[in-house]
Amino acid sequence: MSEPSYHNVSPGRASPSKFSRRQLIATGLTAAAGVAGVGVAARLAQKYGLVPPDHGGVWGLGETLTYASQRLLTRHSLAREFSRDQISKPPFANEIEPFTDEFKRLQAGRFADWRLSVDGMVARPASFSIDQLKSYPSHTEITMLQCEEGWSYIAEWIGVPLSQVLQTVEVLPQARYVVYFSFEPDTWESIDMADALHPQTFLTYGMNGDELPVGHGGPLRLRVPRQVGYKNVKFLTHLTVTDNLKKFGKGVGGASPEGGYAWYAGI
Amino acid sequence: MGDSAFVPSAVSAVPTAVPTRTDTSRHSALVRVTHWVTALCFFALLVSGGEIVISHPRFYWGEVGNDLTPTLFKLPIPASRKLVPTGYGYLLPDGNGWGRYLHFQAAWVVILTGLLYLIFGWLSGHFRKNLVPRRAELSWRAFSKAVVSHLRFEKPGEAEAWSYNLLQRVAYLFVIFVLFPLVIWTGLAMSPAFVSAFPATVNVLGGQQSARTLHFFVSLSLVLFLLVHVGMVWFAGFRSRMRAMITGRVATPLAAADVAVDKEST
Repeated sequence: MSEPSYHNVSPGRASPSKFSRRQLIATGLTAAAGVAGVGVAARLAQKYGLVPPDHGGVWGLGETLTYASQRLLTRHSLAREFSRDQISKPPFANEIEPFTDEFKRLQAGRFADWRLSVDGMVARPASFSIDQLKSYPSHTEITMLQCEEGWSYIAEWIGVPLSQVLQTVEVLPQARYVVYFSFEPDTWESIDMADALHPQTFLTYGMNGDELPVGHGGPLRLRVPRQVGYKNVKFLTHLTVTDNLKKFGKGVGGASPEGGYAWYAGI
Repeated sequence: MGDSAFVPSAVSAVPTAVPTRTDTSRHSALVRVTHWVTALCFFALLVSGGEIVISHPRFYWGEVGNDLTPTLFKLPIPASRKLVPTGYGYLLPDGNGWGRYLHFQAAWVVILTGLLYLIFGWLSGHFRKNLVPRRAELSWRAFSKAVVSHLRFEKPGEAEAWSYNLLQRVAYLFVIFVLFPLVIWTGLAMSPAFVSAFPATVNVLGGQQSARTLHFFVSLSLVLFLLVHVGMVWFAGFRSRMRAMITGRVATPLAAADVAVDKEST
């Protein structure tokens, strides 16, 4: 048993050898090793795609740690799926902008003229109608949509895996992100290839056994169930595959990051 | 690190004839640094958490909850988002962008700081020596005596400037080993990506909305602790306690120090 701490009355600040040469050298070496370690870690993180596009600035530290750790932990994990009796009735539809005349015209034509164009780092750029997307084997899942505000609902989503479409247009190997755009102006986001090729990431045209209601982003919405609501862009019209998000907008990969929200929204 | 309370020093007290007061080492540098980093992070988490909660000041139990489902309870405040039915005709300022950024960044800093503190506390014997109640205190009699003396608002004796009393030890251990782990767990249980890898973390809580509600209550418990903590620091002597937690030193009459040492060794 050591002595109680208050036995150790400080000798005061008179001691001249508080920082010995040995201590200074040790501190210097530790600091140098620390800086080198951070440098190596940054290199490795960059190489293995663990650095989010909004890694700069005051929030860069937290964002990079969140993105890197979740990428390492969740690269292949599946979002929780629910049973049919857990489906929320009715599903809650968040606020949307009033429809434009152009949208109303498309809606009147039952979205027969709606197109999803895909370009960028792909061998065969293409444009898909909703019917063409429906011709692929459909994918159904009952997952939760949760908003960053705190509310949530569970729905059955029907659509085609994004990986199916990316395979059709033949994504080039150097691709790193998929940028996706809405019919609504200035509404676009992006995801990395780990999420783009994830089996639960899909283009949804149906919900709860029916067409996807316009209130929920119909005729076409991207579902990324492992990220919160704002990454699940409604009224999808355009996808671009890229290796660099700097080319888009302000270079942080989406309208939400440009509006002050995190690019990666897995939390 | 300076002369910490946990590194037995070869230098022993040399009471000279003249001084009546001396400086004793109270809190180690690591305890002080992690304490203040945690305090700063907690403040950031509280502000940003409040900012996030006002965007939807409704709470639910189970997996899902939204404006169309019944609530467990509602906070009687306006919201920062339009669609929430609060009964107020105006909105609070919305800051979910920076709120979420700040919340997660502060969470990272406090978790890494906490890990450092746990490793240090384990290796240095800080928990064993300073936080685990002393054997003599492990009785109902000692416990009720401590509670009664607190309820009577008895001024803490001089000896308490160097060591935590029983209720402090129990409260600090509870915060460190129960409330902090719980608040981290319930926070992670709200993350759709985290629970995709570890679904049990949310399933055992009863669902994602349950996790959110529990996160709120654990945070409230931490706020309650903070209020009592600051109140007790004030009561015990704000200047001396703050000085101890900032500089690590306690100014103390030598005579009292001797008394304390005697008491300890018997």
